[in-house]
Amino acid sequence: MTTTTSLLVPRRPGPLWLLAEVTYRCPLHCAFCYNPVDFAQAGPELATEDWLKVIREAREMGAAQFGISGGEPLLRDDIEILVDEARKLGFYTNLITSGVGLTEGRLAALKEAGLDHIQLSFQDATREANDLITNTRTFELKRKVAAMTKAAGYPTVINCVLHRTNIDHLDRIIEMAVEIGAEYLELANTQYHGWAFLNREALMPTAAQLAEAEAVTERWKAKLGKKMRILFVTPDYQSKKPKKCMNGWGEVFLSVTPDGLALPCHTARMLPGLEFPDVREHTLDWIWHESPLFNRFRGTAWLPETCQSCEDKEKDHGGCRCQAFMLTGNADATDPVCPKSPDHALIDAALAKAEQAATVKPLVFRDPKNSRALDRAF
Amino acid sequence: MSTVGARPAINRLFRFQWEPAQQAHVLLYPEGMVKLNQSAGEILKRCDGERSVQEIVADLEAAFNASGLTADVEAFLKMADEQNWIEWSPTAPTRPSVAAPQGGAGLPWDGPAEDLP
Ligand code: SF4
Ligand code: SF4
Repeated sequence: MTTTTSLLVPRRPGPLWLLAEVTYRCPLHCAFCYNPVDFAQAGPELATEDWLKVIREAREMGAAQFGISGGEPLLRDDIEILVDEARKLGFYTNLITSGVGLTEGRLAALKEAGLDHIQLSFQDATREANDLITNTRTFELKRKVAAMTKAAGYPTVINCVLHRTNIDHLDRIIEMAVEIGAEYLELANTQYHGWAFLNREALMPTAAQLAEAEAVTERWKAKLGKKMRILFVTPDYQSKKPKKCMNGWGEVFLSVTPDGLALPCHTARMLPGLEFPDVREHTLDWIWHESPLFNRFRGTAWLPETCQSCEDKEKDHGGCRCQAFMLTGNADATDPVCPKSPDHALIDAALAKAEQAATVKPLVFRDPKNSRALDRAF
Repeated sequence: MSTVGARPAINRLFRFQWEPAQQAHVLLYPEGMVKLNQSAGEILKRCDGERSVQEIVADLEAAFNASGLTADVEAFLKMADEQNWIEWSPTAPTRPSVAAPQGGAGLPWDGPAEDLP
């Protein structure tokens, strides 16, 4: 340390991950989608130039991961341009897609642009395909896309969201992933945000379903070993473990919505009383370091009393802000999934409800019509 | 079994590069990054699927004016293999079995890597 630098306040590191949610448009209508329920009311999508500015600024701040998702990102015709720029700047580039719209031509262009990785999501609980097993069209599409990406030299990495109406088919889902030749399969239990929160009752599995799914996964894991790696992500509600959401608010992750708002996590847009900085009006540097939004829940100083006195506060920062808000109406509350939360009874009530099979509500599918009619954030 | 003829390469799931913001070599993979220490960086830099383990060792010994690095390099490559960071070039006769780490001289071992969130 020298005195000449003492005037410079050491700055926190910049973000490591930039997630570009390039569009809310999507050919699918997944009832578990985490996008905001009122996505149809979002402003116009960013122009290519705006995205390029975001990519350059993030890389300058040290970000190394560039993810493109949506909606279905392939509905935009400029993602090749974004990948190309990101790759040139040294980003690891990852496309998160349903595979719908991935033609040979586009794949070749993306490969040429330097795309590093493709994550293919298995859909289910869509209007067209309520049942993955009976919907051969979906399966055939995945098979085709997986073969295509494999031929282009990409490993096949599949993400499948699990919920009440598909979890009993897990054995068949894993078998299909094997048939497709996947190297990685992520089995992500639904996290209840956006449309998934709206559909929570219809999507939440029973404890028995979940236990069976874990057993099935273990059997396959033992059988497949390194050939196909399976990651089973336990749901917050059942694990009762608050997660350090996005590795901490404003610590490593920065996401940008289709209409240009910078967020510390994909779903923060639903939180009330916050101003979401627009990437066209501010630099990412200002947004990351100075904006009230990114400082709002940074660190642990803001934590409520329940968490302040808890030894785990550095580990989980009090859990997910969006979950706290959706469940309690207070974004500053301890995440109710934590057994120490004064609101934890809300979680037990939701779990108890899941056991009463008879009263399950019908799914509300994610589409612009429903979005406008519902006119709510979650 | 000897490992010296095998040719390690960076696994295609990872990208190896110098990261200015970290002042370190890193391995990038979907949604993650491993920050490597100097020795790990120097070894992986040479894992190009062309050089054999023997050649990598010779190269490092020359570059760092050291000797007897075989055990260190092999131990690191064993760990890197377990982590899936590397794969073995198909031209290699067999997948090597590598002896357990036995210490060794020369490279600044400070633990191979630090996992970033
Ligand atoms: S979850 Fe389904 S509806 Fe939502 S963006 Fe992904 S593919 Fe589209
Ligand atoms: S009380 Fe707060 S800090 Fe402690 S475990 Fe629960 S959420 Fe985490």
